[in-house]
Amino acid sequence: MPNAQSKTSLNPNVFTFKIGGEAGFGIMSAGLNFAKVATRSGYHTFDYTEYPSLVRGGHNVMQISVSKDRVDSQYATTDFLVALNQETLNLHEHELIEGSGVLYDSDHNIDVSHLPSYVKTFELPLTHIIKEVNGSMVMRNSIAIGAALALLDGDLNILKTLIEESFGHKKNDVVSINHKACQIGYDYVLKEHAGDVKKILTPISGFTFNPDAPSLLLPTGNEAIALGAVASGMSFASIYPMTPTSNILHSLAPHQEKYGFVYKQPEDEISAINMAIGAAHAGARSMVATSGGGFALMSEGYGLAGITETPVVIIEGMRGSPATGLPTWTEQGDLRFVLHAHQGDFPRIVLAPGDVEEAFHASMLAFNLAEKYQTPVVVLVDKFICESHSSVAPFDYSNFKIDRGKLTLEKQDGYKRFAPSPDGISLRTVAGSGNHFVANSDEHDEIGYSNEEIENRNTQMNKRMQKLVTCSAQDMQAPVVYGPKDADVTIVSWGSNKGPILEALKVLPNVNYVHITWINPFPVEKLKQLLDNAKYLINIEANFSGQMHGLIKQHTGINILNNFVKYDGRPFYPEEIVERVKGI
Amino acid sequence: MSNLVESLSNSKTPNVPNWCPGCGDFGIWSAFKLAAQKKGWDSSNSAIVAGIGCHGHMVNFVQITAFEGLHGRSLPVASGIKMANNNLNVFSFSGDGDSLAEGCNHFVHTARRNHDITLILHDNAVYGLTTGQTSPRSPKGYVSKSTPAGSVEEPLNPLTMAIASGATFVAREYAGNIEQISELLIAANEHRGFSLVVILQPCVTFNHMYTHYFFQKNTYYLDKTHDITNKLHALEKSMEWDLNKIPLGIFYKVESPSYEDQIPVLQSGALGMRNIEVRNISDLYKGFA
Ligand SMILES: Cc1ncc(C[n+]2csc(CCOP(=O)(O)OP(=O)(O)O)c2C)c(N)n1
Ligand code: SF4
Ligand SMILES: [Mg+2]
Repeated sequence: MPNAQSKTSLNPNVFTFKIGGEAGFGIMSAGLNFAKVATRSGYHTFDYTEYPSLVRGGHNVMQISVSKDRVDSQYATTDFLVALNQETLNLHEHELIEGSGVLYDSDHNIDVSHLPSYVKTFELPLTHIIKEVNGSMVMRNSIAIGAALALLDGDLNILKTLIEESFGHKKNDVVSINHKACQIGYDYVLKEHAGDVKKILTPISGFTFNPDAPSLLLPTGNEAIALGAVASGMSFASIYPMTPTSNILHSLAPHQEKYGFVYKQPEDEISAINMAIGAAHAGARSMVATSGGGFALMSEGYGLAGITETPVVIIEGMRGSPATGLPTWTEQGDLRFVLHAHQGDFPRIVLAPGDVEEAFHASMLAFNLAEKYQTPVVVLVDKFICESHSSVAPFDYSNFKIDRGKLTLEKQDGYKRFAPSPDGISLRTVAGSGNHFVANSDEHDEIGYSNEEIENRNTQMNKRMQKLVTCSAQDMQAPVVYGPKDADVTIVSWGSNKGPILEALKVLPNVNYVHITWINPFPVEKLKQLLDNAKYLINIEANFSGQMHGLIKQHTGINILNNFVKYDGRPFYPEEIVERVKGI
Repeated sequence: MSNLVESLSNSKTPNVPNWCPGCGDFGIWSAFKLAAQKKGWDSSNSAIVAGIGCHGHMVNFVQITAFEGLHGRSLPVASGIKMANNNLNVFSFSGDGDSLAEGCNHFVHTARRNHDITLILHDNAVYGLTTGQTSPRSPKGYVSKSTPAGSVEEPLNPLTMAIASGATFVAREYAGNIEQISELLIAANEHRGFSLVVILQPCVTFNHMYTHYFFQKNTYYLDKTHDITNKLHALEKSMEWDLNKIPLGIFYKVESPSYEDQIPVLQSGALGMRNIEVRNISDLYKGFA
């Protein structure tokens, strides 16, 4: 966490709320409830969680940025801190600024005496309140959120509804005890501190929340990817659990019967990708999801899909690496890995969405591209996107059409699965169609029989690689520019850095941002043009070696001299981007 | 034998098998084609998968839609195919190195899940394609390129492992018994669940211990006194391996729902043959605000 050197916030239009405590006590669901109260009151939110790779023990924290307008990032300063233990205060007190509030468990021996006078503290005797309602320790969160809502002018009834929604299936008294608990928390702080209430979550006048058709949703990147897969007609997913993408499988598994797809937990990632390839060979729209470590095991199957021309969608959620690395932290260190994994050359399409909305659309598109080009498509995301909730309007995919490319399920005369064609794409079929072919990991001829002749090798290799040329012409998307057309400084970046960069841009009027979402094929011409026209370039990315920097140089010959990299597992903060740009 | 001759000219491809003359793989090839002839297995109702090894060349010589994947990975591909189209007869041709070394994890888990596929394990107790190294099936003391002083490792027993792991059809044959293998393959395919058919397959080039003569002399058929539904007896028989005492036939066969039989989504026809359409996800938005 960078030091909040200036004791003011970067953007007064964004309110930052943080709740922290020991892992295993529902910090994340409490934080999400807070974000939902804000959503249902008409606000936009973005949240960011930090937690160690443990189920219990260790420090959990969730920060929620709240704003009347769209907000895309966490911030380095905290306007309101809920500390359920001393550690939370120790780790985050430096984020407090002029006017920040701290709500703390006064039954937990938390020492607030050393806090600067410009920070307002609010005690809350959680153990006493729990005793009073005959509740359990997990309720501390409900009480604390109730109290926070009181101090921020939030609507307690929304929290009560949320409690009903999450405990509704349990016994009624669980709901009523929690209701009582949050009400006591709410009343307690109001009695003492009615004069300190800030109008942060005041329901926006004229806004009504419609539970059946909410105007803003609050999914994570994982959830958006899962929704995109379902929308895109995905029919088979084999996913071995791994942070940060496990929630994709958790989001898919319960809905198989309703939507008619299969989710399968395999014995390892090698099996995962081979099952997905087998299912695609028999006609399913297949996917896998993993992180770098699982993708290492999938590398073998990645090229198998390439040479057998079998469509498969691979979601790769990066985390701190190598090896087990920083399991629950973010990084962008696998860019080169997905571009080069596996021996030799085969056409691979790599997309890198930059936020929840882009993740949804990339997920939908990936299935079309995989089938159209009969090759693996990687959607490269990271922990920061995968696990952060962010406000988005319900996804609009009304223009999306399923494109299965050149595919026949009927028996064809004289069928040749790998017949050459100018665009590199042959007529595909599936096992069970009656058409004989061999999907062969050995180099093969037009039918698929093993063949090591020079001419055949060149024909098949050229045919496969031609697909990338076709894809560049027909589907590849150019980088998107945010901010003014003419700017003094141009930031170049990719993936989840988009959010913090867009927040930074809000206070940097003469700066624009070139956001790259297609990694392979790479939008060389368009990017070169944008960068050639820029006055000053700075590249931002979350890995040690500047992998995108190298890729840009390789493709365009442009050597960006100012490179802001970071590999400590934490996402970029708007503050540090502003500082870096101002230092130019 | 006229059946056999016929099978050699049908359901084969223009490719001439490139196995060494006398290789046990010829017997497995003939037996499979014979069974395919008898049962009408073709690209409309069947799919074959192979690993990497001499056995894997099979895909080039059988006229049925095939997937020749990676070394050790035939079973997950076969499982994927079966899940995507549970109407297909799915056969996996694999080797002892393929299924018991590189792909042993998949072997155990595919058996455990009882996927409705048939694994034909070409057991030549050696790595053929890579020109003769020891395999998990090589006997202790086996001298090979990788074990010049003789292997000090104990061999794995695929029959015992499969029974212990949950396979519901476990059998063994010898590559020379073409008619019997073809009957066994038919029975294995008709069985609902994971079927392992181990074929003792002489590698005439690299294994001079397990020759055709060796198997002809030392194998015998399990008789009616063997209760194929009794797991303990089956395990006991699976461990029998001695001069003149190598049992062939079905060791174990029990009825148990296959993986595919238990997945509700698969009960309404082949997943991979269904129309792919954009799905309306608005019902899933509940809980996202
Ligand atoms: C990942 C990988 N490792 C090693 C090999 C080399 N290789 C090819 S076949 C084989 C062993 C084959 O033995 P087996 O499965 O018993 O088949 P056989 O040739 O005896 O039929 C090996 C090690 C490979 N193709 N892929
Ligand atoms: S090396 Fe052995 S297994 Fe391979 S083809 Fe020759 S005899 Fe058969
Ligand atoms: Mg072998």
